[in-house]
Amino acid sequence: MSINEKPSQLKPADYASDQEVRWCPGCGDYAILNAVKKTLADNQSDTKNTVFVSGIGCASRLPYYMATYGFHTIHGRAPAFATGIKITNPELDVWIITGDGDSLSIGGNHFIHVLRRNLNCQILLFNNEIYGLTKGQASPASRIGTVSPTTLRGSIEAPLSACELALSSGATFIARGVDTAIKQLVPTLREAQKHIGASLVEIYQNCIVYNDDVFKSFTDKSVAIEKQIHLEDGKPMLFGQDNLKGLAINKNYSALEIMDLDKNPNNINRVLIHDTKNKTIAYLLSQMNQSTMPVALGIIYCIEKPTLDSNYTAKLNSHKNNISKIMEKGQTWTI
Amino acid sequence: MDGNPSKVNDDDIKDDWSTTVRFAGDSGDGMQLTGGRLTFEAAISGMGLATFPDYPAEIRAPAGTTFGVSSFQVRFGEGLIASSGDHADILVAMNPAALKVNIKEVIPGGLIIIDSSSFNDRGIKKAGYKENPLNNNSLAGLQLISTDISHLTIEAVKEFGLGNKDGLRCRNMWTLGLILWLFSKDTNETIDWLENKFGKENILTKANIAALNAGHGYPENTELSEDILRKVIPTVTPAPGKWRAITGAESLAFGLATGAKKSKLNLTLCSYPITPASPIMHYLAHYELEGISIFQAEDEIAACCSAIGVSYAGGLGVTSSSGPGISLKAEAIGLAISIELPLIIINSQRAGPSTGLPTRTEQSDLMQAIHGRHGEAPLVVLAPKSPSHCFEIAQKAIQIAIKYMTPVMILSDAYLTNASEPWLIPDISKIKESPVSFGENQENFMPFERNSSTLARQWIKPGTKGMEHRIGGLEKDSLTGNISYDPENHEKMTNLRRQKIERVQKDIDDIVITGPLKGDMLIIGWGSTNGPISEAQINLSKNSIKIAHIQLSCLWPLSEKLKNIVAQYTHIVVVEMNDGQLFNLLRAEIAPNAKSITQVSGKPFRVLDLLEKFKTINKLGK
Repeated sequence: MSINEKPSQLKPADYASDQEVRWCPGCGDYAILNAVKKTLADNQSDTKNTVFVSGIGCASRLPYYMATYGFHTIHGRAPAFATGIKITNPELDVWIITGDGDSLSIGGNHFIHVLRRNLNCQILLFNNEIYGLTKGQASPASRIGTVSPTTLRGSIEAPLSACELALSSGATFIARGVDTAIKQLVPTLREAQKHIGASLVEIYQNCIVYNDDVFKSFTDKSVAIEKQIHLEDGKPMLFGQDNLKGLAINKNYSALEIMDLDKNPNNINRVLIHDTKNKTIAYLLSQMNQSTMPVALGIIYCIEKPTLDSNYTAKLNSHKNNISKIMEKGQTWTI
Repeated sequence: MDGNPSKVNDDDIKDDWSTTVRFAGDSGDGMQLTGGRLTFEAAISGMGLATFPDYPAEIRAPAGTTFGVSSFQVRFGEGLIASSGDHADILVAMNPAALKVNIKEVIPGGLIIIDSSSFNDRGIKKAGYKENPLNNNSLAGLQLISTDISHLTIEAVKEFGLGNKDGLRCRNMWTLGLILWLFSKDTNETIDWLENKFGKENILTKANIAALNAGHGYPENTELSEDILRKVIPTVTPAPGKWRAITGAESLAFGLATGAKKSKLNLTLCSYPITPASPIMHYLAHYELEGISIFQAEDEIAACCSAIGVSYAGGLGVTSSSGPGISLKAEAIGLAISIELPLIIINSQRAGPSTGLPTRTEQSDLMQAIHGRHGEAPLVVLAPKSPSHCFEIAQKAIQIAIKYMTPVMILSDAYLTNASEPWLIPDISKIKESPVSFGENQENFMPFERNSSTLARQWIKPGTKGMEHRIGGLEKDSLTGNISYDPENHEKMTNLRRQKIERVQKDIDDIVITGPLKGDMLIIGWGSTNGPISEAQINLSKNSIKIAHIQLSCLWPLSEKLKNIVAQYTHIVVVEMNDGQLFNLLRAEIAPNAKSITQVSGKPFRVLDLLEKFKTINKLGK
C-alpha cells in the first residue's frame, strides 16, 4: 500500500499492490496486467483517482493487484457498480475488468446498458472463450464444437461476438487486442483511457489450462503477420508480409475481402482507408471470419457522444429545490 | 356470489366520531381524485383522517367489470383515526360492478349514491348481476340516491362544447359537488384547486367547475334535501402549524432527503419500476431536490449494485422495490454486508409469492428481510407504522446505515405506500445535523479496522490520497481487508458482522407500550397494522380489559427488553398480515406462549375482526 507522497514520475511497478498475483503460471492475464500498469504509467494516472471494478472470474481478480482503489464485486454486475460510482464522482477514472462469461452471459444486460448509456469508463473484456475459474465449461464466446465438461461432444451453440454486440448497443469506442501483442495493446489501452465515453477493449486471452491455443490460428508467431491486421485511423487497411495484402469491400457490399497487392499493385485503389467513425465498416471488421480473414486489432470504432456521467451531473446540478419548500408545495392548511 | 347488503349488524361498527366514505368506479372514473378532494376538505377542518386507495393491477381493465373496479376510501373524524375504516357510511358507485364489489362493506342504514345511467342491461350483465339490484329489494335498509349523473353532467357542461366523452369525464366532479353538499361544504376550495391545477381559462377547468356546481346544487333543486340527512364536518383543533396530507411514499421520499441533507451527503435512489414501490422514485424525481437524484437502472440487480456503487464513491445509495425485486437484489445486498458499506433498501411489500397480488398489501417478506440471503448475512430491519412515521424511519435508517456501515432494510407495504393521513409539516431546521466524517490521511491505515463501540469500519472515498485499498466479496482479513482464506479469520469476521448488528439495539431502544405496563393482554404488531390494532386496543380498554399494545419498528435486531416486557402479561398476541412470521420469531426465544392472529386477504385488518379475536383470546382466561 502506498501511503507516501508519489514521486513525480510513476513507473509501471508503482501501480502494483503488495498482493501476490495468483493466476496460473503462463496465463495470458499476466501480460494484460503488465499492459494495464504500463498504460497507467504512460498516462501518469493518479492512483488515488483510479478505480478498478470487476465482476467474478479469473480476470476479475485484477483489482487486487493494483495499487489503486479496487472493488471486486459480484458476477456480471461490475458495470452497474461502476455506474453508481461514476454518477457519484465523475472525476474518478473507472476501469471495468471482466471476462466473456462475466460480461456476455450472466452480466449481458449490464454490458449492453453501460455501453448504451456511454458511461465514461474503460471496459477490458478478457475473452478466453471459456469459463476458467469454474473449471473449464463452455462460455457464450466458445466456438461451435468446443469440448468442455458441459459440452462433451462439442458445443452446439453459436458464439456471441462482443464487438458486434457492443456496436449495436451504441458503444462509442470499440477496440481489440491480444495478450501476445502487448506492444500494440498498450497504445490501444492508452487511447481507451483517453476516450471520453465507454471504451470497450476486447482482449483475446489464452487460458493455458482449459482452452490452450484457442487463438493459435492467428497468434502463433508463424502466422501472426498474415492473420492479424492492426488498424490505424486514416491509414489504408494493410497487413501481411511487407503489407502486401489489403482489405476491401466486396462487390455485394456485404463483407470485406482480401486484396492481393503483390500480384496486382492496382488493387491498392480498392483498399479501404480505416475510418474509426464508420460504423458499417466497423461491423464488417468485427465480423471477419477468423479462418479465412485476418483478425481486426486496434481501434475499430470511435465516436464522440455525451456521456451518462456528464449528463447526470448537469441534471443533478440543476436540482435547486429545498426540502421545506417542496414539503409545503401543493395544498396545505394552517391551524 | 351476488352482492347483498352488509350482513354486519354489530353496533360496534358504528362509531359516532368518524365518517367513512368510499368512492368506487372504473379505473378511469377519477375516483382516486374525487376521494383525494374530500380528504382535503376534511383535513382543512382539522379532522383526523386516514385514506385507503384500492386499485386493480391492470391499468385500464375493461370498463364495467368487477375486476376493473378501483376505489378510494377516506375516514375522518374527531377521535382517533388510525385506520381507514372497516365499513363505509357512504358509498359512491359509478356503475353496477362498483356496487357489487363494495356493497358488502356498507353499514346498515348507510347511504349509496349511484349513477343510474350505468344500470342498463349491459352494465348489469357485465357486473355479473342476474337482475337489476336497484329493483329487487337487495338494497333494503340502505338510503339511496340514484340519479342519472351522466346525463346531468352532460347537461351542465353543454355550453362549453365538449364532446360526449370529455363531458362524461366531469362526472366525478358532479359527484364531488353532491358529496360536498352532503357534508355542508361549499365548493370554493375545490374551484381554487381546479383553477390552480389546470389554469383559470382552460375550457376543461370551466367545465369541471360547472359540473361541480351542478352536483352541489342538485339536492336543493330536486328537494332531495328533505330526505337525506346532511352531515357536518365539525372543526376541531389539532396542533398548531402548517399541515398537509401525506402518503407513505411521499413521507419516505422526504425522510430520505432530510436524512441525507442532515448527513451532508448526496443521495441517489437507484431503482427499477415495480408496483407498488415506484411512487417513491416518482416523487424523488419530481421534487428535484438539491443533492438528490434518481437513477432508473436496467433491472433490479443493477439498481441495487449501482446504489452500492453510489455508497462506495461516498454518496448515499438507496434502492427501493417490492418482493420480486428484493429477491433479485439479495446477492448484491450480501456484498454490501460483506464489504460493510451503508445502503438503504426499501421493500414496499405486496402479496406474494411470485407476482402474487401486485397492488395488494401483505407483510410476508419479514423472514426474507431478516434471513433472505446466502451465508451469515445480518442487516438491520426497520418498519414504519404509519405514513407520517415513514419520515422518521427513513432518517433513522440513514443514521444507522452510516454509523454502523451496514445495509438497512425498511419494510413498508402497499397499504402504507398509498395511504395518507394529515401531517404537521416539520421544521427541518430543528433536526440535528450529523455530517459524515470520511476516513483520510492516516499512517498505517487498515481498511477493516473498527470503531470499538460501534464495530463499524471507516468509510473511505476513492479519490482520497494515500488511502488506496481493495475490497470485495471474498472473505477479508479482519484488519487489512486483503483476501483471507484463514479459518479462524472467517469465524472472527462472521462474529464481528453479527455483533455489529446486535449493537444497533442501543440506537433503537424506544419500545413504546400503549396501555398498562402489566395486565391481561399484550398485542404486538409491526408496520402498517398499527392503525387497526390501536383502535381495537383503545376500544377494549374501555371494556375493563387490561390490554396493552407495542408496535415494533425495529424487527432486527430484536430488543432484548422485549423478553421482560412480555412476562408482564397473561396473553401475548402477535398480529400481522402474513402466516405468522413475527409470531414464529418471537416464539423462539422471547414469547414461547404467544398466540398468532394473521390475515392474508391483501387488505388491512378490520378493527371489528381484531376486537372479536382479542375478546375470544381474553375469554380463554388466565
